[in-house]
Amino acid sequence: MTERAGDPVLSHGRLGSRPRLMATGWLLIGGAIGLLLITLVIPTLLVVGLSFLERGENGEILLQATTGNIARLAGFGSFGWSADYLWILARSLWVAGVATSLSLCLAYPLAFLIAARTPRWRLVLLALVAIPFCTNLVVRTNGWMILLSGQLAPAHLAQAAGLIDAGRALYPGAWAVHLGMVSSLLPFAVLPLYTAVERLDHALIDAARDLYASPWRVFRHAVLPQTLPGLGAATALTFIPAIGMFVVPDLLGGSSYMLVGNLLQQQFFTSNDWPLGAAIASLLIALTFLGLFVVRRLQRNAR
Amino acid sequence: MAVAAVIAFALLYLPLLAIAVSSFNAARYGVAWTGFTWDWYAQLLADERVREAAMNTLLLAVASTAISTVLGTLLALGIERTPWSRRGRSALDAITYLPVVSPDIILAACLVVAFGACRWLADSVGWSGAPFSRGLGMMIVGHVAFQVSFVALVVRARLAVIGSHLEEAARDLYASSWCFHRRILGPLLLPGIAAGAILAFTLSLDDFVVSFFAASPTSSTLPLVIYASLRRGLSPEMHALATVIFLGSVVLTAALAMLTRPRRDA
Repeated sequence: MTERAGDPVLSHGRLGSRPRLMATGWLLIGGAIGLLLITLVIPTLLVVGLSFLERGENGEILLQATTGNIARLAGFGSFGWSADYLWILARSLWVAGVATSLSLCLAYPLAFLIAARTPRWRLVLLALVAIPFCTNLVVRTNGWMILLSGQLAPAHLAQAAGLIDAGRALYPGAWAVHLGMVSSLLPFAVLPLYTAVERLDHALIDAARDLYASPWRVFRHAVLPQTLPGLGAATALTFIPAIGMFVVPDLLGGSSYMLVGNLLQQQFFTSNDWPLGAAIASLLIALTFLGLFVVRRLQRNAR
Repeated sequence: MAVAAVIAFALLYLPLLAIAVSSFNAARYGVAWTGFTWDWYAQLLADERVREAAMNTLLLAVASTAISTVLGTLLALGIERTPWSRRGRSALDAITYLPVVSPDIILAACLVVAFGACRWLADSVGWSGAPFSRGLGMMIVGHVAFQVSFVALVVRARLAVIGSHLEEAARDLYASSWCFHRRILGPLLLPGIAAGAILAFTLSLDDFVVSFFAASPTSSTLPLVIYASLRRGLSPEMHALATVIFLGSVVLTAALAMLTRPRRDA
């Protein structure tokens, strides 16, 4: 039966014509969707377009197509080839990868530990994970700057072991960035993993035990496959913010351990080089979409 | 398992503990403990710059939360209760979830480019580009842009729990639209809207990057003040400020946990 315009439609217990229902719908979503289009969707397209435009002498944007910004990101600057930008990109991927793996290694057991408590305790533990998550990252990074400063035990230990010079702090540097990243990314990994673990079908685990599977095989065949979509989601949800991280590398890494987020910020502020900034942003956007695509795939396969 | 949990909670809470302890440390320079003091909190109250930033932070959080709660709730209602086609719905879903999954630095870059484009457009038709320059207005727009999605997410979850049976029953009993919204949907949806609003408020306080990209020198928020100070080195006054912000987050997170706690009646 085909439906004609103007025919009554039953929706939420109420008769209305489809055009009228749709008009109401558009009216309701109009404000928010309009705002998202203007601040996010269209700018994303602009950013991608901007990364192919020429930059003038004083940072103004010229309406001239070029692939120069991508070439500059790959290191081909006006003074010949240098690996500076490529190093920053590679380092960002590496740090994000390491921080994500470490976060997952800590979050996975933690998710099981939380899921095994009584409902009341679960709520408390989840809130304990959420509180730092809801605390401003600048505040938490400030905490690491105190902990790693030259006068406290961790730095004393490193000084005694000869890892750093006497009186020096443990930041800025690679170690500090990794530590700060794991600490700030951990909740991103815990929360999706917890949802996956909470939904575990325990009948499968009991069946495996009844059939005398060793603890390892129970985990390998009855637990791990069930949590795989959750692991995928946690990986993407941790990696995506990790790759765009700005505060942690800025305060704990300094100029010698810059990541791509800092490079991006520099282009929009100090260097006033929007086209190069846009090229970097486009790269981050592409990585984000790639991450989301992988998650979708994983979740579809699991179904 | 317990080892991982201990390490995880240590990573989460040691920095916060360090700040709280340092904020009571009498030493002006350095972090070695020299004695207990309330001085840094007293200084904080007297600091003009901090007071101004606190006002900006609150103004930004309240304004953006108010706008995003209204827009987000309407968005949730519009998505859930309109017979969209399958493709229309998935397009709406994609746009709505974009801010949730994007790194904040991309949101910030998009905001800067959007306002740059608006400035350019205004200039080219001969209007003043001033409304599109950095400042509190741009920060509010930037915050609303990511808050809206989270509010919609929370309200949609609540709508899904409510379902459409009650509405069908109400209509069968000849409830008017007004009566239904006022007496049935409103009270049921209110906890969801409240949770969305608190989440939006928390997100606004939690944000640094979008504010950093959108702020003018006169519209600094508290996180921006701490950041600017940290770039010059550690300062005990800032530790006191950070501790206050942390306590605020604890209160907000607790409120959020209470409101979104799974209940038997729903």
